[in-house]
Amino acid sequence: MALEIEFIKEKMISKYGNKVLNFEMSRDIFSFEATPDEIHDVIRFLKEDEQLNFHFLTDLAGVHFPDNDENHQFAIVYHLHNWVENVRIRVKTYLPESPEVPTITDLFLCANWMEREAWDFYGINFIGHPQLKRILNMEEMVSHPMRKEFPMEDGGRTDKDDRFFGRTPANC
Amino acid sequence: MSDLLLPPEHRYAKIIEKMRNEDGSELSILNLGPTHPATHGIFQNILLMDGEKILDAEPTIGYIHRAFEKIAENRPFYQINVLTDRMNYCSSPINNMAWWMTVEKLLNIEVPKRAQYLRVIVMELARIADHLICNSILGVDTGAYTGFLYVFQFREKIYEIYEEICGARLTTNMGRIGGFERAWSDEAFKKLNVFLEEFPIAWKEFENLFERNRIFIDRTVNVGPISAEKAMQYGLTGPNLRAAGIDYDVRKAAPYSSYEDFDFDIPVGQSGDTYDRFCVRNAEVWQSLSIIRQALAKLPEGPYHADVPDYYLPPKEDVYHNMESLIYHFKIVMGEVPVPVAEIYHAVEGGNGELGFYLITDGSRTPYRLKFRRPCYVYYQAYTEMIKGGMLSDAIVILSSLNVIAGELDA
Repeated sequence: MALEIEFIKEKMISKYGNKVLNFEMSRDIFSFEATPDEIHDVIRFLKEDEQLNFHFLTDLAGVHFPDNDENHQFAIVYHLHNWVENVRIRVKTYLPESPEVPTITDLFLCANWMEREAWDFYGINFIGHPQLKRILNMEEMVSHPMRKEFPMEDGGRTDKDDRFFGRTPANC
Repeated sequence: MSDLLLPPEHRYAKIIEKMRNEDGSELSILNLGPTHPATHGIFQNILLMDGEKILDAEPTIGYIHRAFEKIAENRPFYQINVLTDRMNYCSSPINNMAWWMTVEKLLNIEVPKRAQYLRVIVMELARIADHLICNSILGVDTGAYTGFLYVFQFREKIYEIYEEICGARLTTNMGRIGGFERAWSDEAFKKLNVFLEEFPIAWKEFENLFERNRIFIDRTVNVGPISAEKAMQYGLTGPNLRAAGIDYDVRKAAPYSSYEDFDFDIPVGQSGDTYDRFCVRNAEVWQSLSIIRQALAKLPEGPYHADVPDYYLPPKEDVYHNMESLIYHFKIVMGEVPVPVAEIYHAVEGGNGELGFYLITDGSRTPYRLKFRRPCYVYYQAYTEMIKGGMLSDAIVILSSLNVIAGELDA
Protein backbone atom coordinates (compact mmCIF):
# COMPACT_ATOMS: atom_id res chain seq x y z
CA MET A 1 0.00 0.00 0.00
CA ALA A 2 1.49 3.22 -1.01
CA LEU A 3 1.66 5.97 1.50
CA GLU A 4 -0.94 8.52 0.43
CA ILE A 5 -0.56 12.23 1.04
CA GLU A 6 -4.16 12.53 2.29
CA PHE A 7 -3.52 9.73 4.72
CA ILE A 8 -0.49 11.46 6.22
CA LYS A 9 -2.41 14.70 6.45
CA GLU A 10 -5.40 13.18 8.21
CA LYS A 11 -3.20 11.26 10.56
CA MET A 12 -1.24 14.34 11.56
CA ILE A 13 -4.34 16.50 12.01
CA SER A 14 -6.16 13.90 14.08
CA LYS A 15 -3.17 13.60 16.40
CA TYR A 16 -1.97 17.19 16.61
CA GLY A 17 -5.01 19.27 15.66
CA ASN A 18 -4.14 22.89 15.07
CA LYS A 19 -0.48 22.39 16.04
CA VAL A 20 0.19 21.28 12.48
CA LEU A 21 -0.82 23.55 9.64
CA ASN A 22 -0.23 24.73 6.09
CA PHE A 23 -0.29 21.36 4.39
CA GLU A 24 0.73 21.71 0.78
CA MET A 25 2.25 19.82 -2.07
CA SER A 26 5.36 21.87 -2.73
CA ARG A 27 6.31 20.58 -6.18
CA ASP A 28 7.25 16.96 -5.61
CA ILE A 29 7.51 17.03 -1.82
CA PHE A 30 4.61 17.11 0.60
CA SER A 31 5.27 19.67 3.29
CA PHE A 32 3.67 21.14 6.37
CA GLU A 33 4.42 23.29 9.38
CA ALA A 34 4.46 22.40 13.03
CA THR A 35 4.69 24.67 16.04
CA PRO A 36 8.09 24.76 17.77
CA ASP A 37 6.82 23.24 21.02
CA GLU A 38 5.39 20.26 19.16
CA ILE A 39 8.11 19.75 16.57
CA HIS A 40 10.03 17.15 18.51
CA ASP A 41 6.88 15.13 19.07
CA VAL A 42 5.81 15.49 15.46
CA ILE A 43 9.13 14.22 14.18
CA ARG A 44 9.16 11.38 16.64
CA PHE A 45 5.66 10.43 15.55
CA LEU A 46 6.66 10.59 11.88
CA LYS A 47 9.64 8.39 12.61
CA GLU A 48 8.15 5.85 14.99
CA ASP A 49 4.65 5.38 13.67
CA GLU A 50 4.60 2.07 11.86
CA GLN A 51 2.56 3.30 8.94
CA LEU A 52 4.39 6.58 8.42
CA ASN A 53 7.89 5.23 9.11
CA PHE A 54 9.92 8.29 8.07
CA HIS A 55 13.06 6.69 9.39
CA PHE A 56 15.74 8.68 7.59
CA LEU A 57 16.65 12.29 8.23
CA THR A 58 17.92 13.58 4.91
CA ASP A 59 18.63 17.14 5.83
CA LEU A 60 18.08 19.85 8.37
CA ALA A 61 18.39 23.44 7.22
CA GLY A 62 18.09 26.74 9.00
CA VAL A 63 16.62 29.71 7.16
CA HIS A 64 16.48 33.37 8.17
CA PHE A 65 13.48 35.52 7.25
CA PRO A 66 14.20 39.01 8.60
CA ASP A 67 11.21 40.48 6.74
CA ASN A 68 8.65 38.19 8.35
CA ASP A 69 6.68 39.06 11.47
CA GLU A 70 8.36 38.56 14.81
CA ASN A 71 7.19 34.97 15.31
CA HIS A 72 8.47 33.84 11.92
CA GLN A 73 12.01 35.17 11.93
CA PHE A 74 13.72 31.83 11.55
CA ALA A 75 12.74 28.52 10.10
CA ILE A 76 14.12 25.06 10.51
CA VAL A 77 13.36 22.76 7.64
CA TYR A 78 13.54 19.02 8.18
CA HIS A 79 13.57 16.67 5.22
CA LEU A 80 12.55 13.16 6.14
CA HIS A 81 12.47 10.15 3.90
CA ASN A 82 10.66 6.83 4.05
CA TRP A 83 12.80 4.49 1.98
CA VAL A 84 10.34 1.61 2.06
CA GLU A 85 7.53 3.56 0.42
CA ASN A 86 9.97 6.00 -1.16
CA VAL A 87 8.14 9.08 0.11
CA ARG A 88 9.81 12.28 1.16
CA ILE A 89 8.30 14.80 3.52
CA ARG A 90 9.29 18.30 4.53
CA VAL A 91 8.46 19.62 7.99
CA LYS A 92 9.04 23.23 8.90
CA THR A 93 8.91 25.10 12.10
CA TYR A 94 9.09 28.86 12.48
CA LEU A 95 10.88 30.52 15.36
CA PRO A 96 10.97 34.06 16.78
CA GLU A 97 14.01 36.25 17.35
CA SER A 98 16.58 34.48 19.60
CA PRO A 99 15.38 31.13 18.32
CA GLU A 100 15.17 28.03 20.46
CA VAL A 101 13.88 24.60 19.60
CA PRO A 102 14.22 21.11 21.12
CA THR A 103 16.95 18.98 19.62
CA ILE A 104 16.19 15.85 17.66
CA THR A 105 19.59 14.25 18.27
CA ASP A 106 17.82 11.70 20.47
CA LEU A 107 15.89 10.55 17.40
CA PHE A 108 18.54 10.75 14.71
CA LEU A 109 22.26 10.51 15.39
CA CYS A 110 23.00 12.38 12.18
CA ALA A 111 21.11 15.42 13.45
CA ASN A 112 24.07 16.17 15.69
CA TRP A 113 26.26 17.96 13.16
CA MET A 114 23.31 19.29 11.19
CA GLU A 115 22.11 21.10 14.29
CA ARG A 116 25.59 22.28 15.11
CA GLU A 117 25.75 23.75 11.62
CA ALA A 118 22.43 25.54 12.13
CA TRP A 119 23.71 26.87 15.47
CA ASP A 120 26.96 27.95 13.90
CA PHE A 121 25.42 29.81 11.00
CA TYR A 122 22.07 31.01 12.36
CA GLY A 123 22.46 30.95 16.12
CA ILE A 124 19.52 28.62 16.56
CA ASN A 125 19.71 27.13 20.04
CA PHE A 126 18.87 23.45 20.06
CA ILE A 127 17.82 22.70 23.62
CA GLY A 128 19.22 19.44 24.89
CA HIS A 129 21.87 19.08 22.22
CA PRO A 130 24.87 17.24 23.73
CA GLN A 131 27.59 19.29 22.09
CA LEU A 132 26.23 22.54 20.73
CA LYS A 133 29.36 24.35 19.62
CA ARG A 134 30.56 25.82 16.37
CA ILE A 135 31.50 23.36 13.71
CA LEU A 136 32.66 24.96 10.47
CA ASN A 137 33.61 28.39 11.76
CA MET A 138 36.23 29.01 14.36
CA GLU A 139 35.33 28.95 18.01
CA GLU A 140 36.27 32.63 18.55
CA MET A 141 33.69 33.94 16.09
CA VAL A 142 30.89 35.97 17.67
CA SER A 143 28.37 36.40 14.89
CA HIS A 144 26.24 33.95 12.98
CA PRO A 145 27.25 34.57 9.40
CA MET A 146 24.35 33.11 7.44
CA ARG A 147 21.90 35.59 8.92
CA LYS A 148 20.78 38.02 6.29
CA GLU A 149 22.09 41.09 8.09
CA PHE A 150 25.62 39.71 8.01
CA PRO A 151 27.24 41.34 4.97
CA MET A 152 29.11 39.15 2.57
CA GLU A 153 31.49 41.90 1.60
CA ASP A 154 33.07 44.84 3.30
CA GLY A 155 30.33 47.49 3.45
CA GLY A 156 32.76 50.27 2.68
CA ARG A 157 33.26 49.26 -0.91
CA THR A 158 32.19 51.86 -3.43
CA ASP A 159 33.14 50.08 -6.65
CA LYS A 160 30.10 47.85 -6.54
CA ASP A 161 26.61 49.26 -6.85
CA ASP A 162 23.95 47.05 -5.33
CA ARG A 163 21.40 48.15 -7.90
CA PHE A 164 23.35 46.22 -10.50
CA PHE A 165 24.76 43.36 -8.52
CA GLY A 166 22.44 42.69 -5.62
CA ARG A 167 18.87 41.94 -4.86
CA THR A 168 16.47 44.77 -5.64
CA PRO A 169 12.70 44.72 -6.05
CA ALA A 170 13.10 45.90 -9.62
CA ASN A 171 14.85 42.82 -10.95
CA CYS A 172 12.30 40.33 -9.75
CA MET B 1 29.17 23.27 31.28
CA SER B 2 29.30 19.87 29.73
CA ASP B 3 32.75 18.47 29.09
CA LEU B 4 31.82 17.88 25.49
CA LEU B 5 31.87 21.61 24.86
CA LEU B 6 35.53 21.85 25.82
CA PRO B 7 38.23 21.59 23.20
CA PRO B 8 38.89 17.85 22.87
CA GLU B 9 42.46 18.03 24.14
CA HIS B 10 41.25 19.59 27.41
CA ARG B 11 38.53 17.04 27.74
CA TYR B 12 40.98 14.20 27.19
CA ALA B 13 43.48 15.73 29.64
CA LYS B 14 40.78 15.41 32.32
CA ILE B 15 40.25 11.77 31.42
CA ILE B 16 43.98 11.11 31.48
CA GLU B 17 44.15 12.49 35.02
CA LYS B 18 41.50 10.06 36.17
CA MET B 19 42.23 6.98 34.14
CA ARG B 20 45.25 4.75 33.74
CA ASN B 21 46.10 1.95 31.38
CA GLU B 22 45.82 -1.60 32.57
CA ASP B 23 49.56 -1.78 33.09
CA GLY B 24 49.58 1.47 35.02
CA SER B 25 51.00 3.67 32.28
CA GLU B 26 49.35 6.87 31.16
CA LEU B 27 46.88 7.29 28.31
CA SER B 28 47.97 9.69 25.63
CA ILE B 29 46.55 12.25 23.25
CA LEU B 30 47.46 12.10 19.60
CA ASN B 31 46.80 14.91 17.19
CA LEU B 32 46.20 13.34 13.80
CA GLY B 33 46.16 16.02 11.16
CA PRO B 34 45.06 18.57 10.02
CA THR B 35 47.71 18.12 7.37
CA HIS B 36 48.99 14.62 7.45
CA PRO B 37 50.17 12.74 4.37
CA ALA B 38 48.05 9.74 5.27
CA THR B 39 44.74 11.53 5.47
CA HIS B 40 44.40 12.80 1.86
CA GLY B 41 42.83 16.10 2.71
CA ILE B 42 42.58 18.42 5.64
CA PHE B 43 41.14 16.33 8.44
CA GLN B 44 42.03 16.80 12.06
CA ASN B 45 41.22 14.16 14.60
CA ILE B 46 42.25 14.43 18.20
CA LEU B 47 42.56 10.92 19.53
CA LEU B 48 42.68 9.55 23.04
CA MET B 49 45.00 6.57 22.85
CA ASP B 50 45.79 3.61 25.00
CA GLY B 51 49.05 2.58 23.42
CA GLU B 52 48.03 2.04 19.83
CA LYS B 53 44.36 1.52 20.59
CA ILE B 54 41.95 4.41 20.04
CA LEU B 55 39.67 5.02 22.99
CA ASP B 56 37.97 8.17 21.82
CA ALA B 57 38.21 10.63 18.97
CA GLU B 58 36.89 14.02 18.04
CA PRO B 59 37.14 15.35 14.53
CA THR B 60 37.61 19.05 13.96
CA ILE B 61 36.32 20.14 10.59
CA GLY B 62 36.01 23.38 8.70
CA TYR B 63 39.63 23.91 7.70
CA ILE B 64 38.68 24.67 4.12
CA HIS B 65 35.24 26.11 4.75
CA ARG B 66 34.58 28.67 2.03
CA ALA B 67 31.06 29.81 2.89
CA PHE B 68 29.54 28.53 -0.35
CA GLU B 69 26.02 28.81 0.96
CA LYS B 70 26.51 32.48 1.77
CA ILE B 71 28.22 33.20 -1.54
CA ALA B 72 25.42 31.39 -3.36
CA GLU B 73 22.86 33.73 -1.82
CA ASN B 74 24.58 36.57 -3.64
CA ARG B 75 25.02 35.01 -7.03
CA PRO B 76 22.71 34.38 -9.97
CA PHE B 77 21.97 30.75 -10.72
CA TYR B 78 24.42 30.30 -13.56
CA GLN B 79 27.31 31.52 -11.40
CA ILE B 80 26.64 29.03 -8.63
CA ASN B 81 27.79 26.15 -10.77
CA VAL B 82 31.43 26.92 -10.13
CA LEU B 83 30.83 26.63 -6.40
CA THR B 84 29.45 23.13 -6.78
CA ASP B 85 32.60 22.02 -8.63
CA ARG B 86 34.63 22.70 -5.59
CA MET B 87 32.62 20.52 -3.26
CA ASN B 88 33.34 16.99 -4.32
CA TYR B 89 36.24 17.77 -6.62
CA CYS B 90 36.80 14.09 -7.39
CA SER B 91 33.52 13.94 -9.28
CA SER B 92 32.65 17.53 -10.07
CA PRO B 93 30.45 16.82 -13.14
CA ILE B 94 27.95 15.06 -10.88
CA ASN B 95 27.73 18.17 -8.73
CA ASN B 96 27.40 20.39 -11.80
CA MET B 97 24.64 18.30 -13.32
CA ALA B 98 22.87 18.06 -9.98
CA TRP B 99 22.82 21.82 -9.75
CA TRP B 100 21.51 22.32 -13.28
CA MET B 101 18.84 19.73 -12.66
CA THR B 102 17.78 21.58 -9.54
CA VAL B 103 17.44 24.82 -11.48
CA GLU B 104 15.62 23.05 -14.29
CA LYS B 105 13.22 21.56 -11.79
CA LEU B 106 12.62 25.05 -10.43
CA LEU B 107 12.03 26.53 -13.87
CA ASN B 108 10.12 23.50 -15.21
CA ILE B 109 12.50 23.02 -18.11
CA GLU B 110 12.29 19.84 -20.10
CA VAL B 111 15.78 18.77 -21.17
CA PRO B 112 16.11 17.01 -24.55
CA LYS B 113 16.70 13.28 -24.42
CA ARG B 114 20.13 13.56 -25.99
CA ALA B 115 21.33 16.01 -23.36
CA GLN B 116 19.94 13.77 -20.64
CA TYR B 117 21.83 10.78 -21.99
CA LEU B 118 25.03 12.79 -22.35
CA ARG B 119 24.61 13.85 -18.75
CA VAL B 120 24.24 10.26 -17.69
CA ILE B 121 27.44 9.39 -19.53
CA VAL B 122 29.44 12.17 -17.95
CA MET B 123 28.00 11.52 -14.48
CA GLU B 124 28.90 7.86 -14.68
CA LEU B 125 32.39 8.76 -15.88
CA ALA B 126 32.70 10.99 -12.84
CA ARG B 127 31.49 8.18 -10.61
CA ILE B 128 34.16 5.90 -12.06
CA ALA B 129 36.81 8.55 -11.43
CA ASP B 130 35.57 8.98 -7.87
CA HIS B 131 35.51 5.28 -7.01
CA LEU B 132 38.78 4.70 -8.80
CA ILE B 133 40.57 7.23 -6.63
CA CYS B 134 38.95 5.99 -3.46
CA ASN B 135 39.76 2.33 -4.03
CA SER B 136 43.25 2.80 -5.36
CA ILE B 137 44.16 5.15 -2.51
CA LEU B 138 42.77 2.59 -0.10
CA GLY B 139 45.28 0.22 -1.67
CA VAL B 140 48.07 2.73 -1.11
CA ASP B 141 47.09 3.09 2.53
CA THR B 142 47.28 -0.64 3.05
CA GLY B 143 50.68 -0.78 1.42
CA ALA B 144 49.80 -1.78 -2.13
CA TYR B 145 51.09 0.96 -4.36
CA THR B 146 51.00 -1.00 -7.59
CA GLY B 147 47.25 -1.05 -8.07
CA PHE B 148 47.13 2.70 -7.75
CA LEU B 149 49.67 3.12 -10.54
CA TYR B 150 47.77 0.66 -12.73
CA VAL B 151 44.50 2.53 -12.68
CA PHE B 152 45.43 6.11 -11.98
CA GLN B 153 46.33 6.81 -15.58
CA PHE B 154 42.70 6.16 -16.39
CA ARG B 155 41.61 9.05 -14.27
CA GLU B 156 43.81 11.08 -16.58
CA LYS B 157 41.94 9.59 -19.54
CA ILE B 158 38.64 10.54 -17.94
CA TYR B 159 39.92 14.07 -17.42
CA GLU B 160 40.88 14.21 -21.07
CA ILE B 161 37.30 13.35 -21.95
CA TYR B 162 36.08 16.17 -19.68
CA GLU B 163 38.53 18.44 -21.42
CA GLU B 164 36.99 17.60 -24.77
CA ILE B 165 33.51 18.25 -23.41
CA CYS B 166 34.01 21.46 -21.48
CA GLY B 167 37.63 22.52 -21.67
CA ALA B 168 38.39 22.03 -17.99
CA ARG B 169 39.73 19.07 -16.09
CA LEU B 170 39.24 19.18 -12.36
CA THR B 171 36.74 21.93 -11.64
CA THR B 172 34.74 21.39 -14.74
CA ASN B 173 31.94 24.00 -14.69
CA MET B 174 30.20 21.75 -17.16
CA GLY B 175 26.75 22.25 -18.65
CA ARG B 176 24.29 25.11 -18.65
CA ILE B 177 20.65 25.51 -17.69
CA GLY B 178 18.86 23.20 -20.11
CA GLY B 179 21.76 21.10 -21.33
CA PHE B 180 25.36 21.55 -22.36
CA GLU B 181 27.22 24.66 -23.41
CA ARG B 182 28.40 23.05 -26.65
CA ALA B 183 27.91 19.84 -28.59
CA TRP B 184 30.22 16.98 -27.78
CA SER B 185 33.00 16.77 -30.35
CA ASP B 186 33.79 13.61 -32.30
CA GLU B 187 37.07 13.56 -30.44
CA ALA B 188 35.20 13.26 -27.15
CA PHE B 189 33.31 10.20 -28.36
CA LYS B 190 36.51 8.74 -29.80
CA LYS B 191 38.29 9.12 -26.47
CA LEU B 192 35.29 7.72 -24.67
CA ASN B 193 35.31 4.61 -26.86
CA VAL B 194 39.02 4.09 -26.33
CA PHE B 195 38.46 4.43 -22.60
CA LEU B 196 35.64 1.90 -22.66
CA GLU B 197 37.95 -0.56 -24.39
CA GLU B 198 41.05 -0.11 -22.28
CA PHE B 199 39.76 0.64 -18.83
CA PRO B 200 37.90 -2.64 -18.10
CA ILE B 201 41.13 -4.60 -18.66
CA ALA B 202 43.01 -2.47 -16.15
CA TRP B 203 40.13 -2.53 -13.69
CA LYS B 204 39.97 -6.32 -13.89
CA GLU B 205 43.68 -6.47 -13.14
CA PHE B 206 43.19 -4.08 -10.26
CA GLU B 207 40.45 -6.26 -8.84
CA ASN B 208 42.53 -9.40 -9.20
CA LEU B 209 45.34 -7.71 -7.33
CA PHE B 210 43.17 -6.95 -4.32
CA GLU B 211 40.08 -9.02 -3.96
CA ARG B 212 41.76 -12.26 -2.84
CA ASN B 213 44.92 -10.65 -1.55
CA ARG B 214 45.75 -12.07 1.89
CA ILE B 215 47.40 -8.91 3.20
CA PHE B 216 44.65 -6.65 1.91
CA ILE B 217 41.94 -8.89 3.38
CA ASP B 218 43.71 -8.96 6.74
CA ARG B 219 43.90 -5.22 6.77
CA THR B 220 40.29 -4.55 5.75
CA VAL B 221 37.90 -7.34 6.76
CA ASN B 222 36.09 -6.44 9.97
CA VAL B 223 37.80 -3.08 10.10
CA GLY B 224 35.38 -0.26 10.79
CA PRO B 225 32.17 -2.21 10.38
CA ILE B 226 28.83 -0.45 10.75
CA SER B 227 25.46 -2.12 11.05
CA ALA B 228 22.63 -1.24 8.71
CA GLU B 229 20.63 0.20 11.59
CA LYS B 230 23.50 2.45 12.73
CA ALA B 231 24.26 3.43 9.15
CA MET B 232 20.72 4.75 8.72
CA GLN B 233 20.85 6.55 12.05
CA TYR B 234 24.07 8.26 11.04
CA GLY B 235 22.66 9.28 7.69
CA LEU B 236 25.03 7.24 5.55
CA THR B 237 24.15 7.13 1.89
CA GLY B 238 25.84 5.92 -1.24
CA PRO B 239 28.39 3.09 -1.36
CA ASN B 240 29.06 3.29 2.36
CA LEU B 241 25.41 2.62 3.13
CA ARG B 242 25.11 -0.08 0.52
CA ALA B 243 28.15 -1.82 1.97
CA ALA B 244 26.08 -2.19 5.13
CA GLY B 245 23.41 -4.00 3.16
CA ILE B 246 20.76 -1.40 2.32
CA ASP B 247 20.02 -1.03 -1.37
CA TYR B 248 19.10 2.65 -1.35
CA ASP B 249 20.26 4.43 -4.47
CA VAL B 250 18.78 7.72 -5.64
CA ARG B 251 19.21 6.63 -9.26
CA LYS B 252 16.64 3.90 -8.62
CA ALA B 253 14.54 5.53 -5.92
CA ALA B 254 13.91 8.78 -7.77
CA PRO B 255 15.34 8.47 -11.29
CA TYR B 256 16.56 11.72 -12.79
CA SER B 257 18.01 12.47 -16.20
CA SER B 258 16.51 9.29 -17.74
CA TYR B 259 18.20 6.80 -15.41
CA GLU B 260 14.99 4.78 -15.67
CA ASP B 261 15.94 3.93 -19.28
CA PHE B 262 18.99 1.96 -18.25
CA ASP B 263 19.30 -1.46 -16.81
CA PHE B 264 21.70 -1.70 -13.90
CA ASP B 265 22.04 -3.37 -10.52
CA ILE B 266 22.73 -1.92 -7.11
CA PRO B 267 25.59 -3.84 -5.54
CA VAL B 268 25.26 -4.29 -1.79
CA GLY B 269 27.58 -5.61 0.90
CA GLN B 270 26.80 -7.29 4.17
CA SER B 271 28.86 -6.18 7.11
CA GLY B 272 29.58 -2.57 6.21
CA ASP B 273 33.28 -2.99 6.87
CA THR B 274 36.15 -1.57 4.86
CA TYR B 275 36.40 -4.61 2.61
CA ASP B 276 32.70 -4.44 1.76
CA ARG B 277 32.95 -0.76 0.94
CA PHE B 278 35.86 -1.58 -1.36
CA CYS B 279 33.91 -4.34 -3.08
CA VAL B 280 30.76 -2.26 -3.46
CA ARG B 281 32.73 0.51 -5.16
CA ASN B 282 34.44 -2.02 -7.42
CA ALA B 283 31.11 -3.48 -8.44
CA GLU B 284 29.64 -0.02 -9.00
CA VAL B 285 32.37 0.79 -11.45
CA TRP B 286 31.25 -2.19 -13.57
CA GLN B 287 27.66 -0.99 -13.37
CA SER B 288 28.72 2.50 -14.40
CA LEU B 289 30.59 1.12 -17.39
CA SER B 290 27.50 -0.81 -18.37
CA ILE B 291 25.35 2.32 -18.07
CA ILE B 292 27.74 4.30 -20.25
CA ARG B 293 27.69 1.57 -22.91
CA GLN B 294 23.90 1.46 -22.87
CA ALA B 295 23.67 5.24 -23.10
CA LEU B 296 26.09 5.35 -26.02
CA ALA B 297 24.21 2.60 -27.82
CA LYS B 298 20.85 4.29 -27.34
CA LEU B 299 22.07 7.88 -27.70
CA PRO B 300 19.31 9.70 -29.58
CA GLU B 301 19.90 12.44 -32.12
CA GLY B 302 18.70 15.90 -31.32
CA PRO B 303 19.71 19.17 -29.71
CA TYR B 304 22.21 19.22 -26.86
CA HIS B 305 20.32 21.83 -24.92
CA ALA B 306 16.73 22.88 -24.32
CA ASP B 307 15.24 25.81 -26.19
CA VAL B 308 15.07 28.24 -23.27
CA PRO B 309 16.37 31.60 -24.50
CA ASP B 310 15.46 33.19 -21.18
CA TYR B 311 18.10 31.19 -19.38
CA TYR B 312 20.49 29.74 -21.95
CA LEU B 313 23.13 32.18 -23.19
CA PRO B 314 22.99 32.59 -26.98
CA PRO B 315 26.09 31.87 -29.08
CA LYS B 316 28.53 34.75 -29.00
CA GLU B 317 28.48 35.45 -32.76
CA ASP B 318 24.69 35.84 -32.62
CA VAL B 319 25.02 38.33 -29.78
CA TYR B 320 27.12 40.54 -32.02
CA HIS B 321 24.94 40.28 -35.10
CA ASN B 322 21.44 39.58 -33.92
CA MET B 323 19.18 41.92 -31.98
CA GLU B 324 17.18 39.27 -30.10
CA SER B 325 20.25 37.37 -29.02
CA LEU B 326 21.76 40.58 -27.73
CA ILE B 327 18.63 41.28 -25.70
CA TYR B 328 18.58 37.81 -24.20
CA HIS B 329 22.27 37.96 -23.45
CA PHE B 330 21.83 41.28 -21.71
CA LYS B 331 18.83 40.10 -19.72
CA ILE B 332 20.53 36.93 -18.53
CA VAL B 333 23.71 38.70 -17.52
CA MET B 334 21.88 41.58 -15.83
CA GLY B 335 19.49 39.24 -14.07
CA GLU B 336 16.19 40.24 -15.62
CA VAL B 337 14.98 36.69 -16.04
CA PRO B 338 11.70 35.40 -14.65
CA VAL B 339 12.21 33.10 -11.67
CA PRO B 340 9.26 31.52 -9.86
CA VAL B 341 8.87 31.68 -6.09
CA ALA B 342 9.31 28.10 -4.97
CA GLU B 343 11.01 25.60 -2.75
CA ILE B 344 12.86 22.78 -4.43
CA TYR B 345 14.69 19.79 -3.12
CA HIS B 346 16.56 17.82 -5.72
CA ALA B 347 18.82 14.90 -4.97
CA VAL B 348 21.16 12.89 -7.12
CA GLU B 349 23.38 9.95 -6.40
CA GLY B 350 26.78 11.56 -6.02
CA GLY B 351 30.03 9.68 -5.75
CA ASN B 352 29.59 9.40 -2.01
CA GLY B 353 25.86 9.32 -1.59
CA GLU B 354 22.78 11.46 -1.78
CA LEU B 355 23.85 14.89 -2.92
CA GLY B 356 20.91 17.22 -2.44
CA PHE B 357 20.21 20.86 -3.15
CA TYR B 358 17.53 22.58 -1.11
CA LEU B 359 16.72 25.79 -2.88
CA ILE B 360 14.36 28.55 -1.76
CA THR B 361 13.71 31.31 -4.25
CA ASP B 362 11.91 34.58 -3.72
CA GLY B 363 11.58 35.56 -7.35
CA SER B 364 14.87 37.39 -7.64
CA ARG B 365 17.90 36.34 -9.65
CA THR B 366 19.73 34.85 -6.67
CA PRO B 367 18.59 32.04 -4.36
CA TYR B 368 17.04 33.18 -1.12
CA ARG B 369 18.57 30.17 0.57
CA LEU B 370 20.56 27.32 -0.85
CA LYS B 371 21.45 24.39 1.34
CA PHE B 372 23.78 21.73 0.10
CA ARG B 373 23.06 18.32 1.48
CA ARG B 374 26.62 17.07 1.37
CA PRO B 375 26.85 13.34 1.92
CA CYS B 376 30.39 13.51 3.38
CA TYR B 377 29.37 16.02 5.99
CA VAL B 378 26.55 13.83 7.19
CA TYR B 379 28.34 10.51 7.30
CA TYR B 380 31.66 11.72 8.65
CA GLN B 381 29.90 11.84 12.02
CA ALA B 382 29.96 8.06 12.10
CA TYR B 383 33.74 8.04 11.80
CA THR B 384 34.34 8.48 15.54
CA GLU B 385 32.24 5.50 16.36
CA MET B 386 33.82 3.40 13.64
CA ILE B 387 37.39 3.92 14.80
CA LYS B 388 36.75 3.57 18.54
CA GLY B 389 38.46 0.47 19.86
CA GLY B 390 40.49 0.04 16.70
CA MET B 391 44.14 0.56 15.94
CA LEU B 392 45.60 3.81 14.70
CA SER B 393 46.54 2.29 11.36
CA ASP B 394 42.94 1.10 10.96
CA ALA B 395 41.70 4.65 11.47
CA ILE B 396 43.65 5.72 8.38
CA VAL B 397 42.25 2.85 6.33
CA ILE B 398 38.69 3.56 7.46
CA LEU B 399 39.04 7.22 6.55
CA SER B 400 40.12 6.38 3.02
CA SER B 401 37.45 3.75 2.60
CA LEU B 402 34.74 6.22 3.61
CA ASN B 403 36.03 8.49 0.85
CA VAL B 404 35.55 11.69 2.82
CA ILE B 405 36.36 14.58 0.50
CA ALA B 406 37.53 17.67 2.34
CA GLY B 407 35.89 20.06 -0.10
CA GLU B 408 32.52 18.45 0.31
CA LEU B 409 32.87 18.08 4.04
CA ASP B 410 33.50 21.76 4.61
CA ALA B 411 31.73 23.38 1.66
